[in-house]
Amino acid sequence: MSVEAASFKAVQPTRALKRSERSRLASFGLHAALVTASLIAVFPVFWVLVTSFKPDARAVETTPKLVNESSLDNYTRILSGEKGDFLAWFGNSVVIALLTTVLSVFLSATTGYAASRFRFPGKRSLMLSFLVVQMFPFAVLIVPLYNILLALGLQGTSFGLVLVYCTTAVPFCTYMLKGYFDTIPGDIDEAGRVDGLSPFGVFWRLVLPLARPGLAVTAFYAFLTAWGEVAFASAFLSAADESKTLAVGLQVFVQQNRTEWGHLAAASILVAIPAIVVFYLVQRFLVTGLSSGAVKG
Amino acid sequence: MRRETSVRRFLDRHWYAYAMVLPVVVVIAVLVLFPLAQGVFFTFTNINEGNIANPVLDRPATYVSVGLDNYLNILSGDASYGAFWGTLVRTLIWTFGCVFFHYTIGLGLALLLNRQVRGRAVYRVLLILPWAVPAFISAFAWKYMFNAQYGIINQALRAVGLPDPVWLGQSDWALVAVMIVNIWLGVPFMMVALLGGLQSIPGDLYEAAEVDGATPWQRFRHVTLPGLQSVSSTVVLLGIIWTFNMFAIIYLITGPNPNTRILVTYAFERFFSGASRDFAVASTYGVLILSVLLVFAGVYRRALRKQGEVW
Repeated sequence: MSVEAASFKAVQPTRALKRSERSRLASFGLHAALVTASLIAVFPVFWVLVTSFKPDARAVETTPKLVNESSLDNYTRILSGEKGDFLAWFGNSVVIALLTTVLSVFLSATTGYAASRFRFPGKRSLMLSFLVVQMFPFAVLIVPLYNILLALGLQGTSFGLVLVYCTTAVPFCTYMLKGYFDTIPGDIDEAGRVDGLSPFGVFWRLVLPLARPGLAVTAFYAFLTAWGEVAFASAFLSAADESKTLAVGLQVFVQQNRTEWGHLAAASILVAIPAIVVFYLVQRFLVTGLSSGAVKG
Repeated sequence: MRRETSVRRFLDRHWYAYAMVLPVVVVIAVLVLFPLAQGVFFTFTNINEGNIANPVLDRPATYVSVGLDNYLNILSGDASYGAFWGTLVRTLIWTFGCVFFHYTIGLGLALLLNRQVRGRAVYRVLLILPWAVPAFISAFAWKYMFNAQYGIINQALRAVGLPDPVWLGQSDWALVAVMIVNIWLGVPFMMVALLGGLQSIPGDLYEAAEVDGATPWQRFRHVTLPGLQSVSSTVVLLGIIWTFNMFAIIYLITGPNPNTRILVTYAFERFFSGASRDFAVASTYGVLILSVLLVFAGVYRRALRKQGEVW
């Protein structure tokens, strides 16, 4: 099933239950359940949004109001760099996540294609190894990777962190891209071969352009993994404020005794809004790639 | 002579595939397999921040082999080595508790959304929201809401006259709290994956079942669940692996609280937060976690194979 077909199906339910078949009570129950679940899903984000406009002192009042001395002060302070180098953190996160994405999609595309189209000895164990790497707790690699980065002089640098993120992103992207390539008909390859293209030519000229949606989703996944990673970033980045990523930098607001909730909330909104917008645009494609890859193995 | 031709034929046939696979194999070998071997080696040493090779300080490595000491210390369950067995039990409670609710709530919502219901698209977008927010942001949001004095959750509980526990203190409430957060975080993925699975079940099957007089429950039991099996088995396995290794939520919400300690957070404590920076014990924990997951995945796979599922 191609991704386009899947998204189309999402609009067309397989079995249309006519509304008249359902009693009023059942209908009410259905909506009640969905409304409750939606409220639970949305509330934390809504509450952060409300808090982001309040001064820190108002964020910890014991009888909260929706609006209390609210203003845009938190946002201006965050963006002006008065409360830690927010823009530098943002820039670091973007650079690290983008580099990870480009590197891992670039590396994994050919392998995903080969695994999808060719039968070759060792293919099964290769695919299995990608699955096993998904199981790796970071704890098993953190010490050796730290050791390697020290030896290479990359410890504390953004590029070192990119290399570390490739350990999870590359196998994952390969797996997903294989699943996507499987949905592209093999006839296209054959036609290309008949026209005299080499297997590399078929891949580069015909299949890769067709796989653009799959590549985009995979890239998005890789980006998100690097964007939200906490453990390696906390452990491997240098202590200097301007070298932190967002996931590490925002912890500055949550110190032991005084948490600056208003400022933290404003910073959180600044990080979350772009993520939510992009996520909204690609969400319908997200799982298809994953599940088709995983199910067909 | 004969062998040479067969090698050549082998290469002729497969060299394209191998050339295409090569970059990823190199990356995995350099960034995963080599470090893995090194990590296993470190578990037999006493490596820590003080004796690791450090080119910046121009200091060679001075750690020494300690044999199986790390494993023995950890597996004895000693509290100064993270009380391994207790922590393992807590990790299992955390993992299966979270995945159970991920799956059941996700399936419930997917079934609701799979019906013809007014405003379906809106519900879908709202329900997906927790997935779209970066996890570290969600962690901060919930930490704020769980605060004992001014958190909105306890204020709501007080308002309706229910007891308001100190959620993030030194009690099992802290584990309940982080589990709630992780369940909130993981349901959308399950919901979307299962919704995709539901929509790939052919409608004829339901019609046939209805013609045969199957009740809604029977249709769910004999058409829906089998139809979802391949999606379910994959997402449940992935969910278990991800939850078992989930670090950010616990670390950001409760920090090094022994009541929410799971295996990975303790390994990170040994690696990073402790004054000693005990890399050897951290590595040993890593190897133990990986072993548990590999054994589990093997058993899981065998169980699926018995049901005729190829994976």
